[in-house]
Amino acid sequence: MTHTAAGPALDVEAVRADFPILHKPLPNGAPLVYLDSGASAQKPRPVLDKLIECYENYYANAHRGVYYFGVRIDEELEASREKIQRFIGAAQPEEVIFTGGTTMSINFVAYGWGRKFLKAGDEIVLNEMEHHANLVPWQQLAREKQATLKYLPLTSDGRLDMSRLDDVLNGRTRLVAVSGMSNVLGTINPIDEIATKAHACGALVVVDAAQTAPHMPIDVRDPVVDFLAFSGHKFFGPSGVGVLYGRRELLEAMDPFLTGGGMIDEVYPNYSTWAELPAKFEAGTLPIAEAIALGAAVDYVEGLGFEAIHAHEQRLLEKAHRVLAEIPGLVIHGPTPQHKGSIVSFTVDGIHPHDLAQLLDQKGVACRASHHCTMLLHEWLNVPATTRASFALYNTEAEVDVLAEAIQFARKKFRLA
Amino acid sequence: MSSSDYEDLYDDHILDHFESPYHKGHLENATCSHSGKNPLCGDRVQLELLIDEDGHIEQAYFDGKGCAISQAAASILCEEIEGKSVEEVEGMQAQDMLDLIKVPLTATRQRCGLLGFKILKTMVYSLDDSGGNDST
Repeated sequence: MTHTAAGPALDVEAVRADFPILHKPLPNGAPLVYLDSGASAQKPRPVLDKLIECYENYYANAHRGVYYFGVRIDEELEASREKIQRFIGAAQPEEVIFTGGTTMSINFVAYGWGRKFLKAGDEIVLNEMEHHANLVPWQQLAREKQATLKYLPLTSDGRLDMSRLDDVLNGRTRLVAVSGMSNVLGTINPIDEIATKAHACGALVVVDAAQTAPHMPIDVRDPVVDFLAFSGHKFFGPSGVGVLYGRRELLEAMDPFLTGGGMIDEVYPNYSTWAELPAKFEAGTLPIAEAIALGAAVDYVEGLGFEAIHAHEQRLLEKAHRVLAEIPGLVIHGPTPQHKGSIVSFTVDGIHPHDLAQLLDQKGVACRASHHCTMLLHEWLNVPATTRASFALYNTEAEVDVLAEAIQFARKKFRLA
Repeated sequence: MSSSDYEDLYDDHILDHFESPYHKGHLENATCSHSGKNPLCGDRVQLELLIDEDGHIEQAYFDGKGCAISQAAASILCEEIEGKSVEEVEGMQAQDMLDLIKVPLTATRQRCGLLGFKILKTMVYSLDDSGGNDST
């Protein structure tokens, strides 16, 4: 999970041409300025085409049919799995489990691994910037098992306070749950150092890579992480599909969370045995076309290259910090651009974030305003909500200017300027 | 509702109530009070009523923090219900409140606009049950 600072320029207009939705004007005539990719990203033509291709040419249930479509759909599904395997650096395709999304992936670990292996008095290390998806499942598990939750403190600028890591890790630590990149602060967390120290204590590391995957390369073997989750829909892929990566020995040892069709080896009146990986964790019918189209999203992102994507997004991020800092009463929450990915969450004195987002919408700017599923973080920030602009590979520097103008429009509307 | 319909959401009626709210604060001798929040925006509103022996709302105060819609709506509501009987308030419908707000609200923002009204309704119905002070 590293990134480089400079690279070849991304041809953003060519990229934008791949995203049909970006060219549809809004009902009020304003062009769409989509700055909510952190909530869900838009889809490029190859992903849309792949969905249609699947449904029009070879759709059938997966792992069921011996007829032509049944065989073809399996080939497509497994080809997508192998693309994802390569994309995240997993050793084997069987370590890539298709799920419904990041939340489901993390619940698989909390219930499948945690229920089986966690004991009373064991400790789980969290931190306050985690999305509820990487927080609430651990709370539930800890309550059930009488385990203890420990929080790694944050620095005043919204990074993990690594000087305190040794304070929260000890021989009782069984698991560290951490996001690769904060969905509010944008903070990129030092997974390598966390993984090294956690593993030295005998603890596992679970990485929420929902925000990481669209912005920077992932390698689950450098640094070694034990579980990693991300969602298709934030990664320019379809909604309804996500990925759980787990090290093979862990996936073999843990229990399935969802049981039922497709995940069994043999069924007896009073018990069943489980299928081999990855089927053991893929009960029921998968989001088949979505999982296949997720492979097309991997191809698309890899075709652009993370070096170019990162350089482009970093330019947007630096410009956003520069331009927004000039707006009176505007506070950006989180670290400086060199410590984060392309997310800018802010508050403006005198305007509630929801009112601000609504006024931005009048100028065609789509931003999310809420606690962004991080209530603990907003408690820590001491604000009820923030407005978040999250940039992706299809955003432009001109859109940053539109955002700034729209914020000024909102301030005028609220009689602040 | 199209985006262009939102244009007049923050008109003077809303912004005046937001900036200079009617009866924002607390009653020392409130007959009843109740509070609630809208988790979407993090809006919080507390309503306090002074009700006379004839069952008329003599004074209505609110306090709170949140978006302009939730706070302006609470202010508009306090202004509206003073002098009304509890029975009249019981008869108020959500649409009556939306009409008082005047500006068009999307389904999402109706939760902001109706927060104070919802608290009021909960409060007057619990009056029937207990006749007492109910505060969360």
